[in-house]
Amino acid sequence: MDNALGEPQTILLLGGTSDIGLAIVRELLSPGARTVVLACRNVEKGELAAAGLRHSGLSVDVVHFNGSDTASHEQLMADVVSKHGDIDLAILAFALLGDGAVTSKDVQAASEIAHVNFTGTVSATIAVANRMRGQGHGAIVMLSSVAGERVRAANPVYGGTKAGIDGFAQGLGDALAADGVHMMVVRPGFVHSAMTQGLKASPFSSTPEQVAAVTAKGLRSGRRTVWAPGILRYVFSTLRHVPGPVWRRLPLG
Amino acid sequence: MAILTDVSIQNRRPLTGWGRTNATVAEVLEVPNHEVAAAVKEAGPRGALVRGLGRSYGDAAQNAGGLVIRLLGSAHQAVLDPSTATVTVPAGVNLDELLRVLVPRGFFVPVTPGTRFVTIGGAIASDIHGKNHHVEGSFGNHVRALTLLLADGSTMVISPQQHPELFWATIGGMGLTGVILDATVGLLRIETSRMSVDTTRIPDLDALFAAMSEGDDDFRYSVAWIDPQAKGRHLGRSVLGRGDHARLDQLGPKELLSPLEYGPKQLASVPPLVPPMGVINHATVAAFNEVWYRKAPLRREGELKGIAGFFHPLDMVSKWNRVYGSSGMVQYQFVVPFGEEEAMRTVIERLSVSGAASFLAVLKRFGAGNDSPLSFPAPGWTLALDVPGSTRGLADLLHGLDRLVLDAGGRHYFAKDGRTTAAAIRQGYPRLEEWKAVRDSVDPEHVWQSDLSRRLGLTD
Repeated sequence: MDNALGEPQTILLLGGTSDIGLAIVRELLSPGARTVVLACRNVEKGELAAAGLRHSGLSVDVVHFNGSDTASHEQLMADVVSKHGDIDLAILAFALLGDGAVTSKDVQAASEIAHVNFTGTVSATIAVANRMRGQGHGAIVMLSSVAGERVRAANPVYGGTKAGIDGFAQGLGDALAADGVHMMVVRPGFVHSAMTQGLKASPFSSTPEQVAAVTAKGLRSGRRTVWAPGILRYVFSTLRHVPGPVWRRLPLG
Repeated sequence: MAILTDVSIQNRRPLTGWGRTNATVAEVLEVPNHEVAAAVKEAGPRGALVRGLGRSYGDAAQNAGGLVIRLLGSAHQAVLDPSTATVTVPAGVNLDELLRVLVPRGFFVPVTPGTRFVTIGGAIASDIHGKNHHVEGSFGNHVRALTLLLADGSTMVISPQQHPELFWATIGGMGLTGVILDATVGLLRIETSRMSVDTTRIPDLDALFAAMSEGDDDFRYSVAWIDPQAKGRHLGRSVLGRGDHARLDQLGPKELLSPLEYGPKQLASVPPLVPPMGVINHATVAAFNEVWYRKAPLRREGELKGIAGFFHPLDMVSKWNRVYGSSGMVQYQFVVPFGEEEAMRTVIERLSVSGAASFLAVLKRFGAGNDSPLSFPAPGWTLALDVPGSTRGLADLLHGLDRLVLDAGGRHYFAKDGRTTAAAIRQGYPRLEEWKAVRDSVDPEHVWQSDLSRRLGLTD
């Protein structure tokens, strides 16, 4: 159970080695937290992350999770719940970035990313949501992107999947509200993390810790969408309306 | 039971405690006592729980994803036995209804908390206490017998003599041993519906400890309201109110015309649309606390007050919890044993410098506890106060206070709690495992569950 101060006791991170996901977990850990489950493809890397979180009174469990293996998702959630009880907060943080120059031309590479990022996220989210409906409480954090507002030419496949799950999360969030389940969409801009190492940062970039702080604050105040940094909300509400020929020339990285 | 299912679908709705934090969704069913067993059979894996008037502050009366039962019952079904001064009453009846029946007949409930909007079932499940704890103990001390519906659908009459282990596990058992259907409760005989009250302004905490230690035993009722924002040499400044039910010979000629008249009214209700931030902040609360302290008499004896004015001042404004806005409030109540006055002082000090905009805090001297493993009161000092949920740094502040309280051998009150940890409960309630063993003997499948029981590991 979340407590009266909105502190979750059990947190499930799907994409258990994600820099942003782990930063959100660290931000939300309180003395009341009991369990963190890191669900990730690379269990060894997950164990390293777990070692960094563990302390007395907090158990950290690493479970194997493959976003693209949608057939396994329901069973994984059932296992997590039977072992740890209610999931108070689930963070959807797995995605492949891909090289935009390659994925916009390579059918195979593009569909693999689309499958993991969109189909896998939809599947895992529904599996989590089914559990939370039964619980009558819970929160889901969907890591979207500013691309949820407008997809850039530099990486249309990644951006397109983020736009897709962004819309999906908003719709599902509305459907879940009556069951006591809260969905919050997080739209970061460029984040300095392992995923973006070596890439040139876009304007208004942030760190995983900054995204985590925005996320925690948004959860506490019951927000449905947050931007990181917050100014991107206003930047993109303008950019959304910029005519195509201008948009294409903008130096957005 | 198709009818029940149809009803339950329509009644899936969010519930919170009185603090209005952390809503969760459950199926809510209102049923008369004889239909409870059938309703419970319909409960799924998330189990069932009875909810009274939802006056516990945290998540004690919520059962996310499960069944929440509200018992229908009327004070007209109460059976008063004047010869033994007892009343047998359905558990869904609340103290407000009951007092309206009892007081005109010259009887009073054995224990009342700061609100009369609590049910008999809730009073037993939380083993509530009042201003008379130092003399007469908690509500459970006055329960002569009760009928409990068990998880298997059977009912059992239990009392301190019959099945005492289950009886005492049910007193203070937060509704997790079964459904309390009705109870027979000992009453106090009163000559009048007025209270004779002595009020004293106390300048600081040392003086308060001394005044209560020396004088409380001369009064049936005693409680001190502390200004939690007073600092330094004013730390713990307070207004001590003590009294008893007035005798006939204490009434004036006007009151003697209707010595047992009782009909408290609510003056106002806080509208649903208060600003999202509430109207409580440091400035408004500090101003209120200052005025409240200054207006209290230095010393006044034998003042006649009504029952509601003495026991239930906040009930005058219904839904007063709304003033805290959308982030709600957290109530913090704990007890530390006698001899741990320094721990109490440290807690009050930390609260006073924290900037938490607390209205008056209540300090009370507890007497002996009872045989219940989960009953809150124990010999010592208890402090209760409201803090807005939006207070900056509240989680860390209260976690630090938890440690102080536990290190002093104290504990926290389930009915007020919404945020402490399973570990804190294990430490504060050393008889927890004993209680679990009794509970498991009557509810091995854990049919009775609540958000609180899951959060604090009572139904693990």
